[in-house]
Amino acid sequence: MKSRAFKDNLSGYAFISPFIIGFTAFTVVPMLISLYLSFTNYDLFTTPKWIGLANYKEMFFGDEKFWKSLSVTFYYVLAGVPLRLMFALFVAMLLNQSRKGIGIYRVLFYLPSIIGGSVAVAIMWRNIFGNDGVINALLFFMGIDKKILWYQDPTSALWTLILLAVWQFGSSMLIFLAGLKNIPPTFYEAASVDGASAAHKFFKITLPLLSPIIFFNLVMQTISAFMTFTPAYIISKGEGGPLDGTLLYPLYLFQKAFNFFQMGYASAMAWVMLIIVGLTTLILFKTSSLWVYYESKED
Amino acid sequence: MIEPNIEKKSKRLKPKKFLFHIVTSAIALIMLYPVIWLIVSSFKESSSIFVTAHSLIPEKFIWTNYADGWKGIAGQSFGTFIKNSLIIVGLSTIGAVVSSSLIAYGFARIQFKGKSFWFACMMVTMMLPHEVLMIPQYIIFAKIGWINSFKPIIVPQFFGHAFFIFLIVQFIRTIPVELDEAARIDGCGRFSIFFRIILPLITPALATSAIFSFYWKWEDLINPVLYLNKAELYPVSLALKLFLDTESASNWGAMFAMSVVSLVPVILVFFLFQKYIVEGISTSGLK
Repeated sequence: MKSRAFKDNLSGYAFISPFIIGFTAFTVVPMLISLYLSFTNYDLFTTPKWIGLANYKEMFFGDEKFWKSLSVTFYYVLAGVPLRLMFALFVAMLLNQSRKGIGIYRVLFYLPSIIGGSVAVAIMWRNIFGNDGVINALLFFMGIDKKILWYQDPTSALWTLILLAVWQFGSSMLIFLAGLKNIPPTFYEAASVDGASAAHKFFKITLPLLSPIIFFNLVMQTISAFMTFTPAYIISKGEGGPLDGTLLYPLYLFQKAFNFFQMGYASAMAWVMLIIVGLTTLILFKTSSLWVYYESKED
Repeated sequence: MIEPNIEKKSKRLKPKKFLFHIVTSAIALIMLYPVIWLIVSSFKESSSIFVTAHSLIPEKFIWTNYADGWKGIAGQSFGTFIKNSLIIVGLSTIGAVVSSSLIAYGFARIQFKGKSFWFACMMVTMMLPHEVLMIPQYIIFAKIGWINSFKPIIVPQFFGHAFFIFLIVQFIRTIPVELDEAARIDGCGRFSIFFRIILPLITPALATSAIFSFYWKWEDLINPVLYLNKAELYPVSLALKLFLDTESASNWGAMFAMSVVSLVPVILVFFLFQKYIVEGISTSGLK
């Protein structure tokens, strides 16, 4: 007679076996290959040649584009993520009221986020900010006669990508909304009795109680912002231009791997990215104790 | 709750209510303006789209943009691209949801040695930048001759998707264990407990996973770019990119028309399932 524990082990592994197989085949083995390739020179067609740390040396000391793409990515993350979260919080607070039609507003605000990742939206965005696009047409309509050549200037080109990210604030907004609904209304009532102003309530009640949710959104959005690829790829037609102004790191990595077939170099870039994302997440977690307020659960 | 109170107040404070609707509608309009612009442009004459970019009313409706666009590109009609997308999205979604729900049940309900280790592995997978896996996976799939087939895109989905597993695990944890115990006393094995008791109860989590699998696969560009080099295999996303690349023909109307077509399933699913989507987001932080 086999024991229940033995049977549990057996059936547990039976149920999760697809994960173990997939994890090994599509994550562990590729990661080991990637780590090995990062120390080689490999063009996909000849055998990889071991070159030690040469890829990493080249990256840090010889490749200006690497630093450029890194700074573009940090600019994109540092400008885009906070703007997106602030806008999301603002709209969530606007929608956290019981009024007629609130459900419709919620749906309308969320729609751009759901269609946001698609090629169609990137194409649309490219044309909206084009030289003859609707933004310039509207500016002309308002009496501003000077056309802004959004895609001629590296900074404004990057800002079109940032604005695209801000426009898709919907998912953060929904999470904020769920968090706001969890703040007991009695807190606000008590503050009102004490004569607190709206700003006071926001900084003393809403922000602290919402800080765990803000933290969650911040981590999730930062990680995904580091990995942004499709809009930059479509809007700059895979070039990352002008003057590498929209050359986000994943796009540069893609170019190295699949346009120039420098698989070893691109693998090294991927590992640097892994470390940057890991470190950023770690820093966010470490600093969170300074500003994230966790309510001690007493009930 | 404070709601009835607010209701009463808002009836008295009419201007405040008015202001709320003005501000919220204004933001909603800004949010939707680009989408409306895209749809309107798809009915304009190609030559006039950018001349009349500020106007949301076409001088006359050009339906032929849709017919032109549907003819497709590189000798393939747009119908082919949609068919390809449906095959990829359909099979991927079935694979991801079926495997993820089995794995999630194992994690949520069975005590076995090494469980926390495997669970941690799964959580790490969720955080991993896919750039790290992209190159070696490409090499592996190229070596086993899977280039120019849907296999590299679909097959990995049959081994569980970390985010969906996590989502379903969280959901199963809200179901009382007593249900499992009762079924066990009645002589049910693990699999029939999963199949008869758990599966019907987790449909909201399965629906959320299926919807997001649909979205992610429908808009996925990088995998088709890597693995599909024949126009007859292109899904919608890659076909649109091809449209954009060959824009020298400057048939903008057709391109915008097909952009709209590519968004129709996405928007349709959104309005049909928005309850699940909204709940799925606010509980799990997907998307």
